[in-house]
Amino acid sequence: MDEMKEVIKNYVIREYVEDDTDVTYDTPLISGGIVDSFSMVSLKRFLENKYQIAIPDDKATPEAFDSVNKICLLVNEYIK
Amino acid sequence: MAYTEKTRGIYKEILGGLQQAGIFKQERFIHSAQAADIEVEFPAGSSLKKVINICANNYLGLSSHPEVVQAAHAGLDSHGYGMSSVRFICGTQDIHKKLESMVTEFLGTEDTILFPSCMDANGGVFEAVLTKDDVMISDRLVHASIIDGIRLCSAMHDTFKHSDMEHLEEKLQLHNDKRLKMVITDGVFSMDGDTAKLDKMAELCEKYDALLFCDDSHASGFIGKTGRGTHEKCGVMGRMDIITTTFGKGLGGASGGCVSGRRELVEMCRQKARPYLFSNTIAPPVVAGVIKVLEILSASTDRRDKLENNTIFWRKGLTDAGFILKDGDTPIVPVMLFNAKLSQDVSRDLYEEGVYAIGFFFPVVPQGQARIRTQISAGHDIIHLEKALDAFRKVGKKYEILGKTKQEIIERYGM
Ligand SMILES: Cc1ncc(COP(=O)(O)O)c(C=O)c1O
Repeated sequence: MDEMKEVIKNYVIREYVEDDTDVTYDTPLISGGIVDSFSMVSLKRFLENKYQIAIPDDKATPEAFDSVNKICLLVNEYIK
Repeated sequence: MAYTEKTRGIYKEILGGLQQAGIFKQERFIHSAQAADIEVEFPAGSSLKKVINICANNYLGLSSHPEVVQAAHAGLDSHGYGMSSVRFICGTQDIHKKLESMVTEFLGTEDTILFPSCMDANGGVFEAVLTKDDVMISDRLVHASIIDGIRLCSAMHDTFKHSDMEHLEEKLQLHNDKRLKMVITDGVFSMDGDTAKLDKMAELCEKYDALLFCDDSHASGFIGKTGRGTHEKCGVMGRMDIITTTFGKGLGGASGGCVSGRRELVEMCRQKARPYLFSNTIAPPVVAGVIKVLEILSASTDRRDKLENNTIFWRKGLTDAGFILKDGDTPIVPVMLFNAKLSQDVSRDLYEEGVYAIGFFFPVVPQGQARIRTQISAGHDIIHLEKALDAFRKVGKKYEILGKTKQEIIERYGM
């Protein structure tokens, strides 16, 4: 779980952060304006590829993607 | 009629908000033809002022060129004023076909289709050639019209960081399972004046079997040794799959745009692109004008050469004076001021000194990156640029920003 958090956090930083904004496991990503909902597509694809899962579109909501912690919970639901 | 006071109030409040936030746009009325020297009424109702224009997209100085004006007159006489029809009903004349084949030749592509504007070309092209099985991977700084076109298309959309080729490659790998992949970029980026790395992009597209799309609106006619565009500058002519461009900037400045590229992709636009199917194309006099523009540019590189020399002179002049510029070598030369209010004040004072240049600030450019965007033209003579430099030096001195670092300017004026 901790390793997954690190992987996802690093992906978010690499993908979305252009300056030195600090991202923790609880930083609000979408409501905090770091990830716009348009860009959630690539985050979802990354998770699906990395963890070999399929997240249904209706579960990939802005709320479910709003922090590294929440994303981890979501991913764990689909890992067999 | 149900435009009640309540409804009016809603809009008044929104508009008032724009005014308060200082982002309410106001037009300035120009009473002369578009050129290096123009006569402007600003604010509305004031007497006319003669100023040097350094904010037009009139890169080649062809907007009011006598030969172009004359060709448009002749086109008006021979082919009439309007078509009163979309292309595929009874709105296609011989000169529309002639212009399409001239653009194909000029850009070194396989085929071309005209659109009412480049906004329309970008609005229609993605939906016409891609489906939900495909992916569009765009640079994060592409023009608004491309973003609109992407929104209208059912293909998946992803982005890469501005001009970051490693990031692009990661995205090409991530989406490798898609039926078709299209990489999307501007050739020259209009706010920063930097150029896409089309050589590297073409290489990556070949490696990962992706289509390459470039909007060359700020390049066609003058970027590259013979002015064919960013693909010429980057040495990838013939390797582009789609180029869109406008006739509303360097290529005469009137209006109209096109999609040029692979034969089948252009044909898909002819069959399916909605702005082509449901809106009138370019009017005959304008078509005749653009044909003349392409004749002038194909016969000689004098105009783009002059533009290149003017640009070098202008960049050096501003740098020597102590301004901070965005790096680059295109005729888009942003003078960085960082603070939004400072950019407005400098623009106003330049106008007082007889130089028409506009300040851009958030949300048009990122927060803390306010600037005066200057645009050089082959219609400028050195004397125009010298006068404009004098004005810049004077205003720069007044605000004590000459020779200052970014840090010093921000410390004094704030972000
Ligand atoms: C990069 C880019 N593409 C497209 C357009 C739209 O061109 P047109 O005026 O032909 O609609 C513009 C104009 O602002 C532009 O800068």
